[in-house]
Order: sequence, then C-alpha cells, then structure tokens
Amino acid sequence: MTSAVSVKDLTKTYGDQVAVSHATFEVPHGSICGFVGPNGSGKTTTIRMLLGLISPTGGTGTVLGSPISEPENYLPRVGALIEGPAFYPALSGRENLNVLATLGNFPKNRVDQLLETVGLGNRANSKFKTYSLGMKQRLGIAAALLPDPQLLILDEPTNGLDPSGIHEVRTLLGDLALSGTTVFVSSHLLSEIEMICDSLVMLREGKVIFSGATQELLAAQQPLIIARPENSRDLEALGQVVETLQKTFKVVDGALEIKAPTQWAATLNRAAFESGITLAELQTQLPTLEETFFDMTEGGS
Amino acid sequence: MIAVLRAELRKLRRPTLSLPTLLAASGLTALSTALLYLLIDSPNGNGREGMQVTAKRLSAPDGLVFGFQSAATLLGVIALCVFAAQTAQEYTYGTLRNILVRQPSRMKVLGGKYFAMSLFALLMVAVSALVSFGLAFALAGGAKVSTSLWTSPDGRQATLNALVNVTVATIGFGTCGMILGLLLRSPISSIAIGVIWILIVENLLTAVVNGIDKYLPGQLLTAVSTGGSISFNGAEVISYKYALAGSGLYVISGAILVSVLFKRRDVAN
Repeated sequence: MTSAVSVKDLTKTYGDQVAVSHATFEVPHGSICGFVGPNGSGKTTTIRMLLGLISPTGGTGTVLGSPISEPENYLPRVGALIEGPAFYPALSGRENLNVLATLGNFPKNRVDQLLETVGLGNRANSKFKTYSLGMKQRLGIAAALLPDPQLLILDEPTNGLDPSGIHEVRTLLGDLALSGTTVFVSSHLLSEIEMICDSLVMLREGKVIFSGATQELLAAQQPLIIARPENSRDLEALGQVVETLQKTFKVVDGALEIKAPTQWAATLNRAAFESGITLAELQTQLPTLEETFFDMTEGGS
Repeated sequence: MIAVLRAELRKLRRPTLSLPTLLAASGLTALSTALLYLLIDSPNGNGREGMQVTAKRLSAPDGLVFGFQSAATLLGVIALCVFAAQTAQEYTYGTLRNILVRQPSRMKVLGGKYFAMSLFALLMVAVSALVSFGLAFALAGGAKVSTSLWTSPDGRQATLNALVNVTVATIGFGTCGMILGLLLRSPISSIAIGVIWILIVENLLTAVVNGIDKYLPGQLLTAVSTGGSISFNGAEVISYKYALAGSGLYVISGAILVSVLFKRRDVAN
C-alpha cells in the first residue's frame, strides 16, 4: 500500500540557516502519525512544504499520490490546521467557515454539521474575536474537517483545550482513523501522541531522527528495572550484587533503577536471593515516549 | 477564481466594513456636491482648489457630474484603503494560509480578490453617484442652475463618461492600495503610505515642481476621473489619453511586480 505522505531528502534553507535538512519519512495510509520535535526543529516548515505554502529548497515528496510541487492535485482532499487557528476576527464562526466552504466549493450544510461536531453550535453566530482560545481551536479543527479529508494535517490541535476538549479531540481523531482518514498530527503533549499515534516521525534540528511505528521506537529503548529490597538496610548490598553482575544503577526513593533488558530481572532476582536479600518489589518499565523523546532530542540518537 | 471572488464578497459585505465605507463615500460626494451649489456665489470659489464654477457652467450638459467628479480623488483614497486593508489583513491575521490551502493557485486567489474588491468599488461609485446626482437635482433650483440639458442626449453621454472615468480611476487607486498591501503585508503601513503619498506628497510636489503632476500616479488617476485635467484658465494640463496611458503604466507594472512576488514568496506567517 502506498503512503499518504512520502518525502525524500526534503530540505528548506533560508540563506545559511537550515530549517529542514534532508528529511525522509512516510506516513502510512489510514494511520495516526505523530510529528514531534522540540520548538524550532522544523515541524511547521515541513508541514507548510507539504501544503504548498513554502517551496522546498531540495528533495521530493508526494501527498496522496501527487507530487508536492502540484498541490492543486491533492489539497482538495486535505484538511489542515497550521500553527493555530487563523480567522477573521469581525466575522462569526459560522461566517468564517462559510468563507472557507465557498473557497473550496464544499456543501454549506457541512458548516453547521461541523460546528455541532466540535461543540460550537450554540456560539456559531458569535464573532470569532469573542471566542476563547479553546473555542478558536475547535473552529480551526472544524475548518480542517470541511473537505471531509482523506488526509488531515494538524499542527498542535490540542493547544488551549481543557482536559475534556483534549479527550474529545483524541476520540475524534480515533474515529477519523477508523473511517480511513490518515491523520498527521504534531503536538507537544507526548503522552497524547503516545496514546493515539501508531506511527511517529521525530525531528531534531531539522533532521528526521526516527520514522516508524511508535511501538518499534519504544521497544528499541532499554527498559528500566526497579528493584526494592524488603529491608532498606539491604539496599547497599543489593547495589553490590548489581555491580557484580556488571550493571550500573541509580538509587531513587529507596529502590535501585537499572537499565537492562526485561529478562535480566530474573537474573537479578536469583542473585539477590542467593545473597540473602529478599526483594519486596521487582518490576520492569518501558520508557514513555516523553522519556524517549528527551533521550533522543537532547542526547545522541 | 469564481469561488475566491464569492468568498471575498462574503468578507466585504460584512456590515462593519460595507456600511461605514459606503456612508463615508456617499457622504464625501454629497458634501462636495452640496458645496458646489450652496457656495455658488462665494468669492472664494465653490469648486476644487477654489475654482469658481458658475450657474451657467453647471447648466451645461455635463453640469450634473461636477460635484461627483470633484469627490473622485476622495473616492479613490477610500478604495485604496479598502483594497490595501483587505489584502494586507490576510498576512496579519494569518488567514492567507487557509485561503491557499483551499485554493492553491495563487493567481486565482489574486484575481478573485481583485475582481471582488473592484465590484465593491463599483458599488461604492454607483451609490455615491446616486447621492450626488439626487442632491444636484434637489439643489439646482435654489442656485438658479437649469437642469434641462442634463437629461439631453449630450447630458446623458457626459454622465455615462463621468461614471466610467470615476470608476476606472477609483479601481486604479484601489489597485495601488492592493499593490501596497501585497508589498508591505501590513494594513496600517500600506494605508498610511498610500494616503500620505496621494494626499500630501503628490500635492506638495505638484505645488513646488512645475509640470511634475504628469508623472505622479495619483495626479494621473485624478485626471482620468475628470476626463483630463485643466488649469484655472481652461487650458489642458494633462490630456485624458495621456492620463489613462500614464496611470495604466504605473498600475499595470506595479500589478505585474506584486503578482510575481505573491506567486513566488513563501507563506511563512
């Protein structure tokens, strides 16, 4: 199956400054793909190149099977929310959507339907400038959904939303993916990304440092084994056992944290027992996406 | 392009923009027309730049359009502000990216916006003309101005010519506003620079440098609106054809320049 988005060596430079450098990644059809990276890593520039707003300096790419140099071929099937919601302050929410529906030749009844979907039905006639940040964000999501898109590109869709709003967006994206829509979403809420995204593209300083399945990324990380002796006086002895097994550890809250493969927990358990130490707690923890993100974006990949 | 035009008309028809603009335009035209008739015997003059427009002159077939044509530059300045604001606001609000995602052809976006704003300018000119002509008929009797020739074939032709010329000039001023909006990408800067140039800089230059008005876009467009400009003694200063060609050259070269810029420039805000 072809990818909804596929880019190869995509590059954007401004003079000497490199915004995106040789980015190569794919977004599988029908997936929810997270797009993460620190501020200034090139996420928005990449999204703008995919939407035909910025011309790449180099590289190639396709969106829904058409080259990114011909955005008119795929944009009618793409919905997008880029860098926060941008609308006319003096127009109502409904009128703002009507302007976009007129531009894209979308049916007018879709406007009211989407205003209800995002929970703005009762404020549809209020001017955009009177909306709260969360309401503006909801209107932005409604605008992105106007074309009933095959590909939805969302840049920080949960900005300004309260927890219930975030939950609603998560449910909405899940439903869209189930109906076959590909979702490419950037967010700083890595716990949300981890929860909803089945694939991931990670950027650092304009370069792609990971592209693939989320689980593949997390599984490749070394798990953390937490061992807590029943008797706190045995903590030092347990540390010596770990060192004997040629592993390093950290003491955190009366327990040892050791980076090691999951199956190594049994080795430690056996060695502790043979040294007369009873373990009250022995568990393995996979690192979260947030921990992995910091490992990869702050340190080496 | 039709979709862009319709979308732009949706924005232009909002009451907070359309009503004040139409009121300002018709108000200024009404003022210029009323002063022409109410000050007809004033020694300080009753026309533009203190010109004396007599009852005999106003009774000529083209007398009806005098007041309307006198306000043409102000109509042009209003059009410049509307075109500049409507264009530059897409950058300041960040809405240009939404437009270009829904209509990736930048030339269609530019063309659709331009034609929508031109239609708005046409409406503004039409409403102002109606107000001015109505007022002229109402005040003519009190100023001892005969209206019989205004509705003659020559009078109707003169009125039609004036309508066309003022519309062309107003859209020309508006195009200058759109050019500034696209260049500067800020409504305040483009309106300020446009208005200061047209109303202050060009008038100062015209006053101190003899014959420079033939090279200034605002003066040329004003000459288009009046079918050519004449001096106090009735001598032709700028012919209609020259004004049309000169202002056209300015407007078309500016439009080509900003179209190329708009097509090539990254949308990064």
